[in-house]
Amino acid sequence: MNTDLKVEDLTTTYTELYAKNRDDIFAQTPDFINETREDALKAFRRLGFPKRKAEDYKYTRIEELFNREIDLVTFPGKSELDVGELFTCDVPELDTTVLLVLNSFYKSKDEKLTTLKNGIVYGSMNEAARVYPDLVQKHYAKYADYKTEALTALNTAFAQDGIFIYVPDNVRSDKPFQIINLLHSNKKLLDQHRNLFILGKNSSLDVVICDHTLSGVPFVTNSLTEAYVGQNAALDITRMQNEHNNSVQVTNSYIYQARDSRATTNVITLHGGSIRNNLRVYLDGEGCENHSYGLFLADQEQHVDNFTYINHLKPNCMSNQLYKGILDDKATGAFSGKIHVWKDAQKTIAYQKNNNILLSDDAKMNSKPQLEIYADDVKCSHGATVGQLDQDALFYLRSRGIPEKESLLLLMYAFAYEVVSKINIPALKERTDELIDKRLRGELSRCYNCKMKCD
Amino acid sequence: MEKIREMLSIKNLKVNIGDKEILKGIDLEVKPGEIHAIMGPNGSGKSTLASTLAGRDYVTVTDGKVTYQGKNLLDLEPEERALEGIFLGFQYPVEIPGVSMVNFMRTAINEQRKYKGLEPLSAGDFLKLMHERKSIVGIDSKLTNRSVNEGFSGGEKKKNEIFQMALLEPVLSILDETDSGLDIDALKIVANGVNKLRRKDNATIVITHYQRLLDYIIPDFVHVLYKGRIVKSGNKELAYKLEEKGYEWLKEEVEAD
Repeated sequence: MNTDLKVEDLTTTYTELYAKNRDDIFAQTPDFINETREDALKAFRRLGFPKRKAEDYKYTRIEELFNREIDLVTFPGKSELDVGELFTCDVPELDTTVLLVLNSFYKSKDEKLTTLKNGIVYGSMNEAARVYPDLVQKHYAKYADYKTEALTALNTAFAQDGIFIYVPDNVRSDKPFQIINLLHSNKKLLDQHRNLFILGKNSSLDVVICDHTLSGVPFVTNSLTEAYVGQNAALDITRMQNEHNNSVQVTNSYIYQARDSRATTNVITLHGGSIRNNLRVYLDGEGCENHSYGLFLADQEQHVDNFTYINHLKPNCMSNQLYKGILDDKATGAFSGKIHVWKDAQKTIAYQKNNNILLSDDAKMNSKPQLEIYADDVKCSHGATVGQLDQDALFYLRSRGIPEKESLLLLMYAFAYEVVSKINIPALKERTDELIDKRLRGELSRCYNCKMKCD
Repeated sequence: MEKIREMLSIKNLKVNIGDKEILKGIDLEVKPGEIHAIMGPNGSGKSTLASTLAGRDYVTVTDGKVTYQGKNLLDLEPEERALEGIFLGFQYPVEIPGVSMVNFMRTAINEQRKYKGLEPLSAGDFLKLMHERKSIVGIDSKLTNRSVNEGFSGGEKKKNEIFQMALLEPVLSILDETDSGLDIDALKIVANGVNKLRRKDNATIVITHYQRLLDYIIPDFVHVLYKGRIVKSGNKELAYKLEEKGYEWLKEEVEAD
């Protein structure tokens, strides 16, 4: 592939990739999903990859990142590796139901879909669409609007598998689910897995998502997570991104909240090449509460861009955003946070905060709050800072005998802790703490918890 | 008889902040076991002296020498000074959200132990030590369980300085206006803490604007700093005289010379 490809050509390339693999992609999914694919592809061709001038993609050159020669993984997952041997999550005391996803496909030791005694169903997205077509169809691609978002359209056209979790009414999931997305290949890969979480009334679900790369080849991920949070239900998603420097990762998260529901998302970016996280929230019932948190640590030439779009559609909802970043070397970061208060959404409370620390002269951060308010009785605030570490605090620590390097680490760690403290699973919080400490000390390599040691 | 050596010897110390000369030739000798009070009106250079001794980087030493336990103090980094036993009680202790008091002090203590070639304290032993030292200043556990100085009142911050001093057991403590902003009860607690920590082999420099702290911490020497120079030295009587006559008396006297 020529690296000077124009955006139009790139859109064509992906369209051709789809056409070439269409039969394979279609073979395993039911008609309603395949029909959506065709529709989504049309939308993708019309929209094209976001251009450099596109306001929402100002700081991340999507077309350049997707301009890589890639192979598409089609069903079934070609890798026959025993992932259990290859990868063990080393979070001690973390009692979760582990769901491994290798190169976009759910890798289960036994059945593809499991039903628990309490009615919770979890497993392969693909399988769920076939076994529970009515349930899936009711929510699939209903919140992730592929008609306006090119990358969502691309995922909707290509996605073949991912994780499905259904929690019935009045059931509280007592054990968190841990989705471990692994990328392992000796050639370049395009990963477009797709998750769907459905939470019935008065239910609750905690999900931990871990993104890892296990081999050094370039990967391009364009994943999507759609979640329906029913009335008075509670969803909590913590995502840990730990990929290598040559990976591209776009995550698209869509959270739809019904009346009196609560949802929390927390994205901890420890490592990665170029990362773009899109979060879209729809507060479509009164009394909803949404918390979105993010923390990223970037150095070398890494790039991390968090984009949020919180829709207050109904009155009396509350949203709170807190994103923090530490950038070193030539790393670049961006935060664009949109709060959209629709006309009917009176008594909205919406907060947004983005604080960043630059450790070098070459690191760069763009922060862009956007408030669109069409209701007149609302309480909204936003604040963004980009700065250096507090020199007075640094001296205070040193004056107690703590060396400069250690003092700096303590301060960075403290800065990060405001976000880490929001993780509601104690074992994971503790582990994240340790990982961040390691990361800040420069001791966390991308192969930290992989036994392959490929380089 | 064993000769008592100086712990700290300051000779003709001149210090600038930016282009402005703040200290214009300070001489001071401090021996083990002594308490020195440095008094003076606002802007006389008291805090600059404390900052210089602790190693802040915004001060520039233009002349003079500071010897501490036989070492050239000005050559040492702030953390090295601390590890050698110098403690600065801050006039304005810094709030550090996210760094817990426990983590902060355990790191500091273990750095000190490392410097002395000792094994780090276990978490249990450290908490025991912390518990024991808390009683010296009567600091509440609610405070020591929080982030460093975060949301502390003025008095609580100053108590916390003395608490840190009790944990680190410094050789030379420099307390920079530890009494400012304290009510009489807090003042007594802070002073009482300093007195309890007093030993034959350590020394304290108390920097203060007011004489009232010296009712509770009895100094061996009182020095008056004025316009960057020590213009008068004496015993505690000097402090009473200053209280009674005010700094105006001193200015007249100095300017008459």
